[in-house]
Amino acid sequence: MSSVRILAGTRKGAFILGADGTRRNWNIRGPLFGGWEVYHVKGSPADPDRIYASQSSGWFGQIMQRSDDGGATWKAVGKDFAYEGDPGTHQHYDGSQRPWEFRRVWHLEPSLSDPDAVLAGVEDAALFRSADGGMTWTELAGLRRHSSAPQWSPGAGGLCLHTILSDPGNPQRMYVAISAAGAFRTDDGGVTWKPINRGLRSGYIPDPEAEVGHCVHRIAMHPARPEVLFMQKHWDVMRSDDAGDSWREISGNLPSDFGFALCVHAHEPETVYVVPIQSDSEHYPPGGQLRVWRSRCGGGEWEPLSEGLPQRDCYVNVLRGAMAADSLDPCGIYFGTTGGQIYASADSGEHWTAIASHLPPVLSVEVQTLP
Amino acid sequence: MIRVHLPYHLQVLAGASEEVTLTVPAPATLAAVLDALESAYPPLRGTLRDPRSGARRPMVRFYACREDLSHAPPGTILPDPVAAGREPLLIVGAVAGG
Repeated sequence: MSSVRILAGTRKGAFILGADGTRRNWNIRGPLFGGWEVYHVKGSPADPDRIYASQSSGWFGQIMQRSDDGGATWKAVGKDFAYEGDPGTHQHYDGSQRPWEFRRVWHLEPSLSDPDAVLAGVEDAALFRSADGGMTWTELAGLRRHSSAPQWSPGAGGLCLHTILSDPGNPQRMYVAISAAGAFRTDDGGVTWKPINRGLRSGYIPDPEAEVGHCVHRIAMHPARPEVLFMQKHWDVMRSDDAGDSWREISGNLPSDFGFALCVHAHEPETVYVVPIQSDSEHYPPGGQLRVWRSRCGGGEWEPLSEGLPQRDCYVNVLRGAMAADSLDPCGIYFGTTGGQIYASADSGEHWTAIASHLPPVLSVEVQTLP
Repeated sequence: MIRVHLPYHLQVLAGASEEVTLTVPAPATLAAVLDALESAYPPLRGTLRDPRSGARRPMVRFYACREDLSHAPPGTILPDPVAAGREPLLIVGAVAGG
C-alpha cells in the first residue's frame, strides 16, 4: 500500500509525519535539529530515501543536512556558499547599495533524475548547485549577474530566492522567484536568465509595471503543463500560459488576493489552491476564518474550503513554502501554519484534519508519496 | 591539553560532550584553539567564524578566566590557566532574542 511522508520545516527544528495511503492515522517524528530554524526539507524525486534539509541559526549560521535513509539518520554536508567573484551590491531597504552577503538557504530543489544533484536558493538572492549530494556548492552566477540585480531589494523577509521550479520536459528550463525582485527563467540550464514579470502590477514600487521589483511570494506548476505557471504575488494571484512571458490576474472572487502559499492539484492541472490572507499589514486570515480557496478552472472563480478548519478566532499565517500536494488518488493537500498546526485533506480539500497541532511555527511543508 | 566548553547546539552538531579537550602547540592562541577545534570536529567549521574572513560570528562569544576575549585579536595568547588545562575556554552563544 502506498504511504505518505510529510517533511515539515519549522522555527525550532524539522518534523517528519507519516501515514499509510488512507491518510487517517499519522505519526510524528522530531524535532530533528531541535532548536534550529529549518527553512526547508525536501526529498529527491529520483530516490525518496535521499532527503536534504536546510538548518540555520542566527548564532551559528548555516548547516546543510542529508539523509540517505528516508530521514532516519542525517549527515552534515557542505555549507560553503561562496558567491562567484566579486559579489557586487544590491539595493537595501533604505535605497542604498549593500554588498551581497550570504545569510541562509531558503529552498532546496533536488534534481528530478539524479539524487546527488540539488539546487539551493539562498538569501541574499542567488542560486547554487551541488552535483555531489550537497558536499560542495557552486553558484549559478548568471542569475545574480543579470543587469537588473543591483536594483533588487529585499522584501520583509530578506532578499531571498525562495522558489525553484524545474521543467520536467526540458532540463534546460528552470524558474526561480525572488522577493522582492520577481520571477526569472533560464532556457540554457542556468547560464543566462531573463525576468518574466510582464503583466505584473505592484503599487508599492515607483513604476508599478517595472521589469523587476515585484514581491513574488510563490510560483507553482503542474508537471504535465509546465508552460502554465501560477503565482501568488504580494497582492494578486496571477497566471501565465506562456512560461512566464506574460501574466494575467486570476484573483477573481477571492476575499483577499494577498497571501503566500499556493499549490496545484496532482492530477488536475487547472485545480489550484491558495490561502488568502487579510493584507500585508495583517498577516492572518480574513475574519479570523482559516479557509483554503480552490479554483477548478485555472483561476478567476474560487470556492472556499473550510470543513474541519477553524472558522473563528484564528489568526495564524500560512507561509509561502508551507503548502503541498501528494500524488495519491484522491489527491491529498497539506499546509502548515505559524501557529504550529499542520492540516491535511485526503480528498482534494473537501475535508481537513489537524494532523499536528502544537509544533513550532511552520516554515515549509513538502510531501513525498511513497510506493 | 586545552579544555573547551561548547554551547548545547554545537555539542549536538559535533556529536561531542559539553567539554572537549584539544592538543594545541604552544603558544596556545585563540586562533590556534579554534583551528584545532574545527580540525577535530569538522561540522563546527563556519559555526564560530566566517569560513573565508575568519571573523568571529557576531553572536558567538569567547570567555576565559572571567575575561571576555571575544574582541581580542586571533593571535591573542590564552591565559596560563587555560593553556595549562586548569580552566576551560568557554564558547558561548550570546544571550539574545528574549
